[in-house]
Order: sequence, then C-alpha cells, then structure tokens
Amino acid sequence: MGQTMERPAARRGLAWYELKQEIEEFLYHEADLLDQRQFKEWLDLLAEDLVYFMPIRRNVKFGQHADKENTRQGEGISWFDEDKWTLGKRVEQILTGVHYAEEPLSRVTHMVSNVRLLEVAPSVDDPREVTVGCRFLVYQNRVEYETATFVGRRTDWLRRAGDSWLIARRELILEQNVLLAKNLSIFF
Amino acid sequence: MTSPLPIDQMIDVERGMISREIFVSPDFYREELEKLFTRAWLFVGHESQIPMPGDFFVSRMGEESVILCRDSRGAVHVFLNSCRHRGMKVCRYEQGNTSLFVCPYHSWSYTTDGKLQGVPLYRVMYEGTLNRAEWSLIEVPKLHIYKGTVWASWDPDAPNFMTYLGGAVDHLDQVLDCRDGRPGGSEVIGVHKWLLPSNWKFAAENFLGDTYHNPSHRSVDIIGIGPSGQRGQSGRRDNEYTNGQHVWVGFPQGHGMHSVLMPEQSKYSSSYAHYPIVDEYFRHCFEERRRRLGGKARLLPFTGNLFPNTAYHGRQPRGLCVWHPHSPTETEAWRFFLVDADAPAEVKDVLRHFYMRYSGPAGMTEQDDMENWLYATKASTGTIARRYPFNYQASMGEYKTNDPVPGDVSLQITDQTPRNYYRVYARYLKGDNWDSLLGRDRPHAQQAAE
Repeated sequence: MGQTMERPAARRGLAWYELKQEIEEFLYHEADLLDQRQFKEWLDLLAEDLVYFMPIRRNVKFGQHADKENTRQGEGISWFDEDKWTLGKRVEQILTGVHYAEEPLSRVTHMVSNVRLLEVAPSVDDPREVTVGCRFLVYQNRVEYETATFVGRRTDWLRRAGDSWLIARRELILEQNVLLAKNLSIFF
Repeated sequence: MTSPLPIDQMIDVERGMISREIFVSPDFYREELEKLFTRAWLFVGHESQIPMPGDFFVSRMGEESVILCRDSRGAVHVFLNSCRHRGMKVCRYEQGNTSLFVCPYHSWSYTTDGKLQGVPLYRVMYEGTLNRAEWSLIEVPKLHIYKGTVWASWDPDAPNFMTYLGGAVDHLDQVLDCRDGRPGGSEVIGVHKWLLPSNWKFAAENFLGDTYHNPSHRSVDIIGIGPSGQRGQSGRRDNEYTNGQHVWVGFPQGHGMHSVLMPEQSKYSSSYAHYPIVDEYFRHCFEERRRRLGGKARLLPFTGNLFPNTAYHGRQPRGLCVWHPHSPTETEAWRFFLVDADAPAEVKDVLRHFYMRYSGPAGMTEQDDMENWLYATKASTGTIARRYPFNYQASMGEYKTNDPVPGDVSLQITDQTPRNYYRVYARYLKGDNWDSLLGRDRPHAQQAAE
C-alpha cells in the first residue's frame, strides 16, 4: 500500500515537496511537448499499457451523481476510452498532413494547475508510482476565428521510468455535457 | 399554402443547381422549422433506452426538447418537454426513471402518460375553471416503433411510418437487424451529443451517399484505423464489399443511401482480424444471415439518410445520427451507437472501441467531415458567395428505376440522391400535400415503394 494524501497534512517533509516539484516539472514538460507539437516525443511519455479516458457527463438527478453522472471506462460510449495504439494513430494521422481537422495545425496552450499528489507508492522516499490530480485549461484556436476552451479535472497515474515518468493512466473530466466544440482533435 | 421564398428558383434540381441560401439563410431555416420539422417523421430514440415502466430519455425534434417515455403501463409516448402552465421544461435530466414529471416552476406535475395530475392550490385557485384533462403534456399525434427505433411526427395527417419509409426499409433493416439476419434485436450502447457550427443539411446530405467526399478521409485511409488496423491493414473499415455492386439509391419520400449488392456466392471476408473471437463471430453471422435471408442477404449497407435528418452508418461503424437544427449555421448532432443486444461481450467491446475512434467529434474519420461542413457553411454566408449556387450535376440522368434493387438506382457515384432529396425538401417548404411529399406523382417510384 502506498501513502494516500487526499487530505493535505499541515506540514510535509522535504521529500514530499521535492517529489511534488518533480511531478509538476514533468507535467509542465509534457504540456509543452504538446503545445510545441512534438507529438512523437509526447507519445514516448505514455506507457505501453496506457488507458486514456474521457467520459461523457450527463445531467442526472441529485443523489445519482456517483453512479450515473459519468460514463464508465470499459463500457459503452465515452469521448475517449482508448489505448496507446489509438493515440499513436492519432499522432500518425496528424503527421500525414492531410488530416484536415488539424491541417493547418491548431494553436494550442495547455494550462495545468492545482497539482496535488494523491497517492505515492510504495513511499515518498521511494516513489515508484504516483497518482496526481490537476486541473486543465486547454485553449485551442484554429485557422482564423475558431476557438474552443476546454476546462476540467485530470487524474494521472504515473510510473517511475529511470529518471523520468511514464503516464500509465489518464482520466479527464471535461466540464461539459453536449460537447460545445465541433471536434476533439487535440490531446489533453 | 405557399411560401414567401422563391423556392423553385433556389432549388433547381433539373439543372442540378441549388442556392447557398438554403444552407445559410435565417428565412429558409424558419421555414424548415415551420413546414418540414412539424410534418416529417423524425427519429426520437430507441426502446432499449427505456426498457422499464417509468423510464424516460429526453430527446429532440427539430429545435425542441421532447421526452420519450414509457408510462407505468408500458406504453411509449413522446411529449413536448414544456409545462402547459408557463413553459418551463418539466424534465432536465437526460434519462432516468420517474413516476411524475414535476415542473420546477410552479410544481404542476404530470404522470408518465402525460396527464396533468398535481396543481398546487387547485381548489382555491382553479376549481371550476381548469379542466385538468385538457392540460396534459403536449403529445405527438403520430408515433411508431420499428424494430426498437422510435419515430414521431407532429402532423396528425402524416401517413403511417412504413408508408413514409417506403422502399428505404430494405436498407434500414440492414442497420437494425441482427448481424445474423434475425429481425431487430439492436440496442443503443451510448449517445454522442455535440454542437457543430454548420448547417444541418451538410451533414444529412453527406450520408445520402456522398461517396465522392472520400478524399477528405485520406488521412485515416493511409494510417488504417479500421477494425483490422491493429494488424497493419490500411483503410478505415474492413474490405467487406470486395466484388460487390455498389448502388446509390433514392426513394420518392426523399430518402437516399449507398449500399452494396454482393454476388450470389460471395464468401465471408475476414474482418476484425486482430480479434479471432470477433472474426469468428462475424463469420458465423455472415453464414447464418445467408441461410436465413437467401438472396436478400446480398444487400449490405454503407451509409444513408432517412428524410430529413436521420443518417446511418450500416456496419462499420453502426448507428443512427440525428442532425438536429440548432440555428441556420449550427447543428446539434446526436449519434446513437448500435450493437446486437445479444452479441458476446468481447464483440461489443471491440465494436465500441472502433465506433469511438471512427465517429463523432473525437472520431478520426468524422473530424475531417466536421471541418468540411463548418467551413463550407462559413464560406457560403457572404453576399457574393450567396449569388452562386452549389453544383449538383454529378451523374445527371445516370440512373435506372428498380434495377437491380427497388428505387432510383445509380451504379456510379451520383448527385441523384441529393437532387431527389432537395426535390422533396422543396415540396415541404411549399406546403405540399402528403401525396406530393410521398412522391406519388412519380409512378415508377411509387411501384418501388409498395
């Protein structure tokens, strides 16, 4: 069992702050790769057994949110419920130069904030797996006037790989019901 | 009834020219809402979404919110989602189960068969004046369930749904029937809803058999995202239709589709090659379907659009998509993904993954469509642009009637299906009678529909 940190302790040890800083640097680096359109390099940050999931969120009655608000990973239809192969295909598609939904390429900026370490295993002193929560604000502008803003919550399961990290699982909660953008042609 | 709009000048199907006005003009849009979406049969939902008494699914007809509901005795209804008192939506959940729809505004409440039940302070305020029986939720006068799919029309004089569907039923069946040929048996496994800045007809028309737009999908064809893509196969689907005769078919009610007539003795060609269990399942379905249907098994579907705005993908992927009008230059798309309800879990799992990477706003194929529809709409709004019609002259006159399948059939890519579609569309906007809307003045076609 790892150490769970859902509730922040009043004080943390230095190792915890170092780890948090390291993880933040990793997430900012990852965001930068996407914004710099270094898609192949970005793919290298994804574990081979990656799960990349964005549910569809539904309007449900009070009390049913836990059960029914979000579509579930592994069943039915979501915005994304895919693996590294599919994400690799998405990158390949952009690189054909004739994927017209991303040709010309969109201008994208990923903002990552509210970074929190949610779980560290086996320990802060020996962090091999880290669950990290954050908020994202992704701004997309394409061609001339077309703009979309995606805001939501993200949880990443990171796995230590040498002196860096691999993303093993990413869950994206987009705060929309009817999708207000025409496409989800960018990475989150 | 006449229209203030110069419809015949705008829609000249004889010469294959259609004004851009119908794709951008608020005047045309208003006429569509008034004269087309109030009369045509529209897709509302699927019985698998409301299996139990009290189940509901909030849907749309045209711009308006409707509730598809199974009442406490099991009967299916479609109601306008608006309180009779002051108009508040009586349901703002997407789906669920209830015994009452309680309006949040003044708490009028309606039973699942639409009857007004609760009126707060009734005795004090309304006794002797308000007759509850006259203030039920507004219900569609026409509703039909076909192989699980629920359709409705606001026109009490609309012909029955099967007449409206006509010969298109043969093609719709290929979408709704089990893969092994048993009738019906599909279920909805999820719904995509998204807003795209495009006129709704661009999307509808795309599914009428616009195979000509294939080049816009070059990127997915190069990289291979199909069901056998993991095996390195290029393309966006499996090559199920090798040696088939492609047919582009139009029906006098305005429906149009692209299907394939397979040779008598065609063999199963491997699909979903990365998944032996799924491949084997579809081999079994192929053989079982031929055993059940005989010669009728030769017909396989690609895409189609049932007039006015319900499109389908028939096999890879498989589902219905409704292109709801949202404004002259915006469409609210709702795609209902289908599988055989009794398919093995592994088959369903592979299918849903393929559907998601193909379709909708996150779908690698459809993203490129959306880009086309958006900028085609945008670039048609200008004063100069609107002076120049779109070209619908492909394969002019190149079709036969009822040969080799019922309907007006072209054996090559054609604008005949959209020409036919807009001929019918013009009739709705002119307020024609149902004989005209069903194309009963076209004797050959009429024969095909019977």
